Amino acid sequence: MAQTTASVEVQKPHAQQEETSLITGSEAIAVACKLADVDVITAYPIRPYDTVMQYVAKLVSSGEMDCEYIVAESEHSQFEIVKHACACGARVFCGSSGVGWMYAFEALTVTPALRIPMVAMVGNRALDDPGAFGVEHNDALAVRDLGWQLVWVDNAQEALDTALIAWRVAEDRRVFLPCAVSCDGAFLTHSQALVKVPSQERVKAFLPRYDRGDLLLHPDNPITVAPQANEDWLMEIRRQTAAAMERSPQVIREAYADFERIFGRRYGNPFFEEYETADADVVLVGMGTLSTPVKVAIRQLRAEGHKVGFVRVRWFRPFVAEDLARILSRFKAVGVIDRDFSLGAPYASGVLATEVRTALYPVAKRPEVVAFIAGLGGREVTVPDVKKMAASVELAAEGKTQPPTQWIGLRE
Amino acid sequence: VKEETMATPFSQFVHLDAPQKLDPFKGVKKLPLEEYFTSGHRTCQGCESALVMKMMVKAAGPRTIVLGSTGCMYVANTTYYSTSWVVPWMHTQLGSSGSAGLGTAAALKVLMRKGKIKQEPINVIAFCGDGGGADMGLSAISATLTHPDYNLLILMYDNESYANTDIQLSGSTPYGANTTFSTPGKVKRIMHHRWKKNMAGMLAAGHPTCRYVATVDMSYSVMAMNCVRKALSIGGPTFIHSLDPCPKGWDYDPMQSHDLGELAVLTGIWPLYEVEDGVLRLLGKTKDIAQGRTKRRPVKDFLLRQGRFAHFTEEDFAYFQSKIDEMWERWLIPGVIPFRTELEKDQPPA
Repeated sequence: MAQTTASVEVQKPHAQQEETSLITGSEAIAVACKLADVDVITAYPIRPYDTVMQYVAKLVSSGEMDCEYIVAESEHSQFEIVKHACACGARVFCGSSGVGWMYAFEALTVTPALRIPMVAMVGNRALDDPGAFGVEHNDALAVRDLGWQLVWVDNAQEALDTALIAWRVAEDRRVFLPCAVSCDGAFLTHSQALVKVPSQERVKAFLPRYDRGDLLLHPDNPITVAPQANEDWLMEIRRQTAAAMERSPQVIREAYADFERIFGRRYGNPFFEEYETADADVVLVGMGTLSTPVKVAIRQLRAEGHKVGFVRVRWFRPFVAEDLARILSRFKAVGVIDRDFSLGAPYASGVLATEVRTALYPVAKRPEVVAFIAGLGGREVTVPDVKKMAASVELAAEGKTQPPTQWIGLRE
Repeated sequence: VKEETMATPFSQFVHLDAPQKLDPFKGVKKLPLEEYFTSGHRTCQGCESALVMKMMVKAAGPRTIVLGSTGCMYVANTTYYSTSWVVPWMHTQLGSSGSAGLGTAAALKVLMRKGKIKQEPINVIAFCGDGGGADMGLSAISATLTHPDYNLLILMYDNESYANTDIQLSGSTPYGANTTFSTPGKVKRIMHHRWKKNMAGMLAAGHPTCRYVATVDMSYSVMAMNCVRKALSIGGPTFIHSLDPCPKGWDYDPMQSHDLGELAVLTGIWPLYEVEDGVLRLLGKTKDIAQGRTKRRPVKDFLLRQGRFAHFTEEDFAYFQSKIDEMWERWLIPGVIPFRTELEKDQPPA
């Protein structure tokens, strides 16, 4: 392995080993599964994430991918099967959407507690009822307190790259926590884009074999996993899991640095993408594919003389509050766009706005924070919507009090 | 007469690794002395389920992975720092025995195929209680029994209630039993009026490619252990349903566990059988009863020994007996398949 790494390092330029394919976000993650040589994959249908499993099925039947591909009878089983496979040393992949993800909630709860480095795709979808296929972030966000690493991507290239990074980080012994790659339903899962597909050789150099070490469940290592600990030990065990999450940011930074070194693609700050922020007075903050209308609107607003920028949150867990506070403290006001709801939350805001306010609390000169809820159930966040939000944030920057949370694009 | 397994044109797509070859034990004196489930657990006195664990893994041997779903055999058996398991053991969720066995078997298979671990047959046993199996986990168990590619055994230890959470009724609790969710009262003497699920029969009949389903009773331990060995050797996913007398849940003196296990079989309430490649074989005393060598004892002999039926009137005993008689005399396959043929003209269509 070490030899392979060394030989790859001297080969330049990186782009020569990459093929370009026109694929969807879901297909990009299926390609990542193949490149990562995943051992066990479990599928269960729910739109929109299930397209990834349709692509995986084709890769398996065509012989391009060697894995145990198991069609489960529910999401709960889907996640439990790969959880146990991962405990036996298998690299695993799973996924779901909306209420499917919620049906697996018990399995999602125990996976980080067992220090299982599962990688899952969430095709973000509105929760029932009433039914909607479109994107809302409440599904993935529901596990935010449990030890899942949560990352949002906004294009197919980033989906593929981030899935590879997700295995690398999750399977790092310092972490050993699951990671969910969130892809907005339809806008990303079903939208095609040109994606550079890295070579198998480089992926091998980037992604070492998953080594379960002394936690491996095997007759040669007869351990008892997850006995009843009760009040006697539970708190110490929780603390170990918490410490793993606290180590995760550093492991993520290392992974992105290695990713750039091996693949030649640079993501800058892994946790937060900044767009047109250098001279911005105010910024919008959001996650996922709403970055597209936001960036278009910002280009138009800048042509009109408004100094507006955008900060896209990639990693929601771990939430690197220090970095975000440092970034946001440069601006006069911040507008947080939530594609989720958190009923009864402080100031009636969404989940992200509450986190951003928390992150900003220790900052001496805090920017004003305005919260927006937009694009629920897959409703399009339009350029005029973004401009409306930006205008409100600019007013807040001028000291004109704004409602703490505004629902955008809502019929009265 | 053992029938040949039917060859299917699709068998080329089923890739099953060779399982361990575990020959039957030829009597109690031939059992190995090695224990793989030892001290450290804190089950109740007279707990038959703990005996099931001990004998199950003794039958399986050291190259075995055991997955245990939530229930007595998790809560009482695996305390941090004092595990009783000598073989590798992992907890799984209440409804996950099927998924745990499947995931573990799938990992072993693919990792061996890819050369990531040594190629060798490793037994995979996932156990569940009646709550985890007959109630919550039924869907996952059913799914797993349809996967022909993986070697694993699901063993349901049935003590007929959610016994570690204070004895609440499950889908496997017998009619009329006093549980903390079905306490007899002045108005409702019989709070639990549902009949016990026919779990082994349902799984055998409903999963035609599952090669082995058996019922066992640890009062007949060598027979039970040999069922475990056959289930692990035959190939593919298999299921065993064990009836386990429970002093706490059934309310009797712990010294009577073994007797109650025998009485369950002798009264015909618990038929012992195996379904191997679609062939039904009655076992032990059940076979003797079916063939007229032993007379079936009144079910009252079994029920009266247990406090959970202390509120039964003669009418209740008679009803219970009539249901057992029906099982033996009217079912298409006594004790296994509860259909009646139309020819019998039992209830002609209106």
